[in-house]
Amino acid sequence: MNSPLLSLAIWVPILGAVPILALGSERRAMVRWLALAVAVAGLLVTIPLYTGFDINVGGMQFVEQAPWITRFNVQYLLGVDGISMPFIVLNSFITVLVVLAGWEVIEQKQAQYMAAFLIMSGLMNGIFSALDGVLFYVFFESSLIPMYLIIGVWGGANRVYAAFKFFLYTLLGSLLMLVALLWLFLESGGSFNILDWHQLRISIVPQVLIFVAFLLSFAVKVPMWPVHTWLPDAHVEAPTGGSVVLAAIALKLGAYGFLRFSLPIVPDASHQLAPLMIGLSLVAVVYIGFVALVQADMKKLVAYSSISHMGFVTLGFFIFNRLGIEGALIQMISHGFISAAMFLCIGVMYDRMHSRQIADYGGVVNTMPKFAAFFLLFSMANAGLPATSGFVGEFMVILGAVKFNFWIGAVAASTLILGAAYTLWMYKRVMFGPVANDHVAELKDIGGREFFILSVLAVCVLVMGLYPFPFTEVMHASVDNLLKHVAVSKL
Amino acid sequence: MLNNFVMPDLYPAAPEIFLLLMSFVVLFTDLVVGDTRRWIAAALSMATLIGCAAITVLTADGQTVLTFSGMFVDDLLSDFLKLLTYVAVLMVLIYGRGYLRERGLDKGEYYLLVLYATLGMMVMISAANFVTLYLGLELLSLSLYALVAIDRDSTRGTEAAMKYFVLGALASGLLLYGMSMIYGATGSLEIGGVAQSIYHGQTDKTVLVFGLVFLLSGIAFKLGLVPFHMWIPDVYHGAPTAVTNLIGSAPKFAAFAIALRLLVYGLFGLATEWQKMLLIMAVLSIALGNLAAIAQTNIKRMLAYSAISHMGFMVLGLMSGVVGSQVDPFTAVNAYSSALYYTVAYVLMSLGAFGMVLLLSRAGYEAESLDDFKGLNQRSPWFAAMMLIFMFSMAGIPFFIGFFAKFATLLAAIKAGYTAVAVVAVMFSLIGAYYYLRVVKLMYFDAPIDATPITASLDFRIMLSINGLAVAAFGLFPDSVMTICTTALMRSL
Repeated sequence: MNSPLLSLAIWVPILGAVPILALGSERRAMVRWLALAVAVAGLLVTIPLYTGFDINVGGMQFVEQAPWITRFNVQYLLGVDGISMPFIVLNSFITVLVVLAGWEVIEQKQAQYMAAFLIMSGLMNGIFSALDGVLFYVFFESSLIPMYLIIGVWGGANRVYAAFKFFLYTLLGSLLMLVALLWLFLESGGSFNILDWHQLRISIVPQVLIFVAFLLSFAVKVPMWPVHTWLPDAHVEAPTGGSVVLAAIALKLGAYGFLRFSLPIVPDASHQLAPLMIGLSLVAVVYIGFVALVQADMKKLVAYSSISHMGFVTLGFFIFNRLGIEGALIQMISHGFISAAMFLCIGVMYDRMHSRQIADYGGVVNTMPKFAAFFLLFSMANAGLPATSGFVGEFMVILGAVKFNFWIGAVAASTLILGAAYTLWMYKRVMFGPVANDHVAELKDIGGREFFILSVLAVCVLVMGLYPFPFTEVMHASVDNLLKHVAVSKL
Repeated sequence: MLNNFVMPDLYPAAPEIFLLLMSFVVLFTDLVVGDTRRWIAAALSMATLIGCAAITVLTADGQTVLTFSGMFVDDLLSDFLKLLTYVAVLMVLIYGRGYLRERGLDKGEYYLLVLYATLGMMVMISAANFVTLYLGLELLSLSLYALVAIDRDSTRGTEAAMKYFVLGALASGLLLYGMSMIYGATGSLEIGGVAQSIYHGQTDKTVLVFGLVFLLSGIAFKLGLVPFHMWIPDVYHGAPTAVTNLIGSAPKFAAFAIALRLLVYGLFGLATEWQKMLLIMAVLSIALGNLAAIAQTNIKRMLAYSAISHMGFMVLGLMSGVVGSQVDPFTAVNAYSSALYYTVAYVLMSLGAFGMVLLLSRAGYEAESLDDFKGLNQRSPWFAAMMLIFMFSMAGIPFFIGFFAKFATLLAAIKAGYTAVAVVAVMFSLIGAYYYLRVVKLMYFDAPIDATPITASLDFRIMLSINGLAVAAFGLFPDSVMTICTTALMRSL
């Protein structure tokens, strides 16, 4: 029997948070090093998931099964396939960076800050690996608690509003999903196993209702237009680490939900409602792209750009071909790196200037040359420049979309222009030009810790852009398996 | 006449008899030792409850035994509910002691009244006859009326007691009237006899349904369901917090027991009728409870409205046992055990939440305002975390027991075909999440306005911590309690 790697990935960070909380916030040095140790340990236990992954298997691997609630046949059932595995590694990796990013800038209640992120990380690993409907839901919803606290305690001026909006919006969606899960349980004759649900025959009306329930839940999380409005608020008010986790991982949960629930469980409804989904995705790509263009706040700009990029992901899913789905998955991972890097870069500037307004900056390249180089790389990646990871996913989705329908591909491709426009224009206003004011003139370039974080991400962005094969090869079998499910009518 | 007298089997009623005897001991001991050594009365009361628990456990054999000419029943369900009642009352006593002492309310009468209230609940739980049931209910209610007014100089307390008494007497009257109707229709006061005669169809249904309406009104009053909820906020608010903690916790078990005994054991033949009535009351309670709680600035009132919505959820489970007019034992047990589980979960959370209010109160200061929770995370991270657990659990967020309670009742409702009702219920619990989140916001996001260190005795702190950890632990491992609830019901139906 293999070691319970997935359980470790979930429970190492969560249990590791307990001694950190017990240390309290006075012993800052110990708290930080312990948090880093736990985060690194959490990352290390996920590495065998990648190295030991069998790329020829389309089904679940590293499966762990134990009864949990016998009364309702709920199981502690974990497993990953090529779709979910990369996100567990990505999540654990981002957590290490988040701990490093909060090293000095978090001054109050650092122990609780670190613990919240570690617990969050464990819960999100749980979401990606749960194969039981209730277990998934429990992880899905409980991850709201640490995020609520992160935004509310360490956030900006309008943090309370943002925290409530974040929580209630997401809860709205997930409660309807709960009803759908319970319905599926009864319909399947008493099983909460998601894989059993994949085989379930459901007539079209319930399929559409279930699809809508799942859609509300996942669309809020993704977020899709028009239920995206919580994201800019949450991003702007969250501390840097919170924004990073939200953008890099939390947004992926919704997209992952589509692949694990909507497409395979209700394929007919998915096909029927695909035009709607494609329409909403295109609105997100184009309209939100324009919205990003006019933002005066850097974090808001990146938040809108995230929505626009996630529009690509949902577009890729609902054109039902391999290129689209794999492209969307690549886009999800790549966006995890890039958005994390963008928010960290903004965090670097915010820590020094305590402003996120583009207008307060100008000529930063003169005082922070090293930082400017990194920021340029990530901005280019955000705009989808070839040889960066941002290009690969977008290109694959556009190719898939053109295959599906030329005009959809054409509209989607407009992101290459819009993305370049809003990112590079922001870069120009912040970085170039004469030194705007005394504050900018006094800026100090990045230190060793910041340099390390950004260079790790830069390597990821470049490697993935130049040689995406290690990322795509693990997905092939699972995506094929998924497409097989989606192609079969369940009526 | 005396020749006909048969000595009843006292064995099944051993816990009740023990409690009654001990109450005399507490009364006289307290009279003798006087005001200076009140801890003796407290310790004796707690020992009584522990003794009752021991007797209940030792005499539990899983058999259903009737005694006192079929007026009193001892089955697994009653044993389970009684054990829960002892635990809840014990916690109430531990939580309330410091609070009452600081206010000079730590009198011998308090312990005595609490014990008699407990006895009333036990009789209600074991009632197999309308008369026994009414007897238990009145014993409980009269003790509670007096307890609410125990702070006789407090106008608010006295007012609350008056309201409680008048409305409670009205509800008792309704219940009694309903019972008399059903007696008239069936010719039996025994719950089993009523069921028999309805089953054989020798009854006038009009009279029965007429009686049912009154009966249900009485039950709804005790549970605090809309539209019989008016007393809840005022009484919860007006009573001393230690007494509120009692009213909001253990009696819910007794109310669940009488609801189950009357509706399911007795009037199962009218299930389709009471199902509709309960449905309306459940939806209204969930809606009104959650909406009104938002507007509250007093935490006791907020928790009172939240209690209304929680009881609505509980009833959602209770009414889901019958699908259409078909009776499927499995569905029925599922539904009733979900309601029982909900009651257990709710009482555990409610005890903890009121325990937190008691924790923050101190001599001469009632921490009743929501603002008193401001910045609790800075004053005491541990107890802020406990309150966080209670609030998220009440909001139905996993991994806490409150989520699984909602889960079980919603599943029962959907199984009974009430999917739309379930959707409405979850939408209102979304609204409800707002005011629970607000408490968390006050504790974690705001700065404290009151930096007084928290003074509470060690036993209080330990109890509250166990309470909070139990809410979390039973959420992580919900299986055990769920199984016990199901077994207790299955063996007793």
